[in-house]
This record gives sequence, structure tokens and C-alpha cells, in this order.
Amino acid sequence: MWRLLQIELHKIRHHRGSKFLIISYFFLLTSLALIASIKFDIGPIKFHLAEQGIFNFPYIWHLNTFLASILKIFLMLVIVSMMSNEYSNNTLKQNLIDGLSKKEFVLSKFYTVILFALISTIFVAITTFILGMIYSDYTEWPIIFTDLEYLISYFIKLVAFFSFGLFLGVLVKRSAFAIGALFLWFIIESIFIGLMRWNWKIENYDHYTQFLPLNAMSNLIKEPFTRFNAVKSVAQQIGETIQKDFSVQFTDILIVIFWIILFTYSTYYILMKRDL
Amino acid sequence: METIIQLFNLDKKYGAVHAVDNLSFTIQKGTVYGILGPNGSGKSTTLGMLLNVVNPTSGTFNWFDGQMSTHDALKRVGAIIERPNFYPYMSAAQNLELVCKIKGITTDKINEKLELVNLLERRNDKFRTYSLGMKQRLAIASALLNDPEILILDEPTNGLDPKGIQEIRHIIKYISQQGTTILLASHLLDEVEKVCSHVVILQKGKKLYEGRTDLMTQSHGFVELKAEGDVEKLTSILLNFKGIEKIEKENEMILAYLNLDINTGQLNQYLFENGIVVSHLKMSKPSLEQRFLVLTE
Repeated sequence: MWRLLQIELHKIRHHRGSKFLIISYFFLLTSLALIASIKFDIGPIKFHLAEQGIFNFPYIWHLNTFLASILKIFLMLVIVSMMSNEYSNNTLKQNLIDGLSKKEFVLSKFYTVILFALISTIFVAITTFILGMIYSDYTEWPIIFTDLEYLISYFIKLVAFFSFGLFLGVLVKRSAFAIGALFLWFIIESIFIGLMRWNWKIENYDHYTQFLPLNAMSNLIKEPFTRFNAVKSVAQQIGETIQKDFSVQFTDILIVIFWIILFTYSTYYILMKRDL
Repeated sequence: METIIQLFNLDKKYGAVHAVDNLSFTIQKGTVYGILGPNGSGKSTTLGMLLNVVNPTSGTFNWFDGQMSTHDALKRVGAIIERPNFYPYMSAAQNLELVCKIKGITTDKINEKLELVNLLERRNDKFRTYSLGMKQRLAIASALLNDPEILILDEPTNGLDPKGIQEIRHIIKYISQQGTTILLASHLLDEVEKVCSHVVILQKGKKLYEGRTDLMTQSHGFVELKAEGDVEKLTSILLNFKGIEKIEKENEMILAYLNLDINTGQLNQYLFENGIVVSHLKMSKPSLEQRFLVLTE
């Protein structure tokens, strides 16, 4: 495993574009705290969010993992290009000739995906912890360590998203088209959900749509804003009740893990079937 | 003798195209093999299957008596296919380091091999700045990193200028002198004839000939001659000479095919005694090219 990881990191380390994206990504991730505090303090929003408890434990785990996961598209670019470049440079062929098996090739990419997701999770955990310790009204240990499952969700979400990237990279073979395919997929999924909900008027439509890959990934960490008390109270004033379960659902995790396995295995299957 | 690789009824179809048709042969250690065939005869597909990048439709092959998986066997092999494939954004040295990591060997032979192919000074330049000749030489250095038991070369001089071709041939010659087994696929006959002790000839994926290169071109040869006067008379006189089997006319030249080794001096004297003066008399052996054309007709 260590050998395979080293092979992949060697390829990324000397690539200027990837290095730039990775450094920017981790810079943005660490400064997430900074951006969050500035943005909400001076925005056009009427109430002072920081005082309303936006950085309170345990809510901050939810908020920060949600915001951090928006940045994952940066690493997605690196991952898609590290896969499709192997095709455009014909280096996949050379790797195999040099004695890497197709299985090892996929594993070396997959281990890298896990490494990226793991480092991201650790980064988010540390920044969130520090931010919370500074701004949170409650700093008792039992409260701090509540809702840590959002970190697990975040990790799984990243692994799933990046596995999807590997799969698209192998399927389409060209970085730009693979990213295009990702957007296309997103649009198709959105249209499909929209049709089910508004046109076909299917009740409990989310029973079915929860299985769609991108929807399943986004279900892992639901948007945190309507959960926030201040928003909730505004909504209640105008007579609307928000009833939504914001916690991490075990079935969502299972569905996403299923997609991770399917994407990774399909990547391997395509490689096995293809002649180079 | 130690067997490096054995093919058993290897077959590959691309849709309706039968690229490799029921191919079997064996490569022994210490020999220089040539795979010869016109473009599209299945040479590269055959090598692709042996090198794990093309899936055979049917049939099998064994590396090193089948003691290990193909990808492990390939760690003991050096191979260059068609064109050099490296990461354009890495330098020569960085590319070779990666190859070492894949093959699971130490990096201390990198400079030695770069020196062998005369690229040591350019070791820190990015691969994309290299000329085709340099890229091909880097590919050779990469293939030699593990001191391979067999070196596989697929059209190594394709697309190179005369100087580049010469450089590559020198390197191949040097490597074969070290006793490394070589498998060379080429459509350039003189290249194969110069380097290889054994050949496999392919056409449309089928094996036409397998054996020693010198046996393939072995025959008593023919005599080329030119003389004034009556051709009919000359032919009958020639056919009376012991050792001449058959006469053919080619433009102004007469070709006398032999079934015995003869002395051209004696032939000349014989003709002179029969009143024929020749203006041209030359003993020839068929080239690999002629044999090849006969075989693939």
C-alpha cells in the first residue's frame, strides 16, 4: 500500500498545476474560519450571527463540514486530471509495461483519494475546534464532542465524490470532458428530481431520489442554515414550520458507501476490459 | 536452455479483424529474436498481449516458465513500445525515479543508464523539451534500469532521422553483446538481419516462419551473368554445367540458380572453352528481403 501511494504522490508532486490547486485548497480550508467570521459579520444579514451562536458547539461541526465540502471541487480537478492525464500521455500503458498491474494502478489512485479525504477531514476538524473554542458559548467537553459524526460524513462524502471523479476520468479519458460529464450528471439528476417532485407529483419522491449518487452525497450533510435557531424563529413568525431531520442518517452513509464501491469497481472493470 | 517466454495459441480479434491468429513460439535465454512482418501484421498486438496492455481473445502465454504473474514478470523485463511514453512535466531523472518505484528497485542505476544513452547532461530537463531521438534514448535507459533479462523493442527506430537510427542501433548492438536476450519487432529487414539470430515472420497475424535467420537465407545462391550472343545457346550450355539447376532472365542479365557450391572461376573457364565470353559474372546469395518477399507473397 505504501509503495502504491508513493508512486501516485510522485506523479502529483512534480505536476505544477496539481500542486497549485492542492495548496490553494488547503489554504482555503484553513482560512475557512476566517472567511466564515468575516462574511457573516459584515454581510447584509440583519442580525449578528456570531452573537446568535453560529459558531456554537455542536452546531459548528455541521456548519463547517458543510461549508468545507463546497471546496472539494478544487481537489476534484486534481483527481480527474491525474486519471485522465494517464490516458492522454499514454503513461498508463507505460506503467503497466513497467510492471504495475491494473489493480495496483486503480488502488494507487484510490489510496490517494482516501489520503486527500483524510487530510481534509483532519484540517476541518482542527480549524473547527479552534474556531469553536474561540467563539462558542459552550465549551464543555461533552457538548464539544457531540455531533462528531458530521466529520465521518464529511470524510465519506469526499471519498465518494473523488471516486466518482476517478470513474469519470477513466470513462471519458479527457479532464475537461470528465468535468463536463460531472456537471451534466448533476443537471440530469436535478431535472430528474424536479420531474418526480413537481411534474409526476410522486409522494415521498425522496424515497427514490435518495439513491442517486450526487443527491445521496449531499444528503450526508444537509444544509445547516434552516437548522439555525435564528432562521427558525423568523420562519415561525411568518407561520411556517420547518420540520427536517438534520442529523446524519445511517442509511445515507450506507448508500454512499455503496456508490464508492460501485465507482471504484467500475473504474477497475473498465480498465480490465479496455485494450490500450 | 532457460525459457523466457512461451506463447500457446495466442489469438486476438478486433471485431472482424483477426490481428493475431493462433500464434505459438518460444523464446530462449541468450538469443536475439526478431519479429518480422509488414505493417499491420500483428507484431505490436502480440507484444501488447505479452506486456499486459492488450487482452488476448484466447490462448495463453507464460513468462519465465509460468512461475509468476505477468505484472511481476514485467518487473524483470525492459520494454519499449512504438513511441516513448513519459510524464511530460517531469525531468528525465524524475521519470526514471518513478519507473524504479514501480519496478521496486533502488534508484542508484539512474545515472549509469543515462550515461549509456548519452543523456546524463540533460537529466534535469523536462521530458517535453526532448527531441524524438532523445525521448527514444530515454526510453531505452528506462528499459535498462532493472538490468532486464529480456529487452523488448517495438520498432525502435521508427520516425528517427539517420543519426538517431544509428545511435539506437549502436545501443542495441552493445546491449546484445552483454548477453541480454532481445526481442525486436520491426518491418525493417536489414535491421533484423543485422541484429537477430532468430526470426519469427508474421503476416496477417499468422506465423509464416520461425527459426534461425541464417538458415532462412541459406541456399547455394545464384550466379548473375551477362554475355553477348545467342541466349538460347548460352542457356543450354549453362544447364550442362554441374551445379546449375535453373536459368532465369532478368532484363539483360541471366540468373543461374545453383544446387551445389560452385567456383565462379571454373564456370568462367567452362564458358570460355565453349566459346562464350562473359562481360559480367557475379556470385550472389539471396537477401533476407528476397526471402521475405517470397514467403509473404
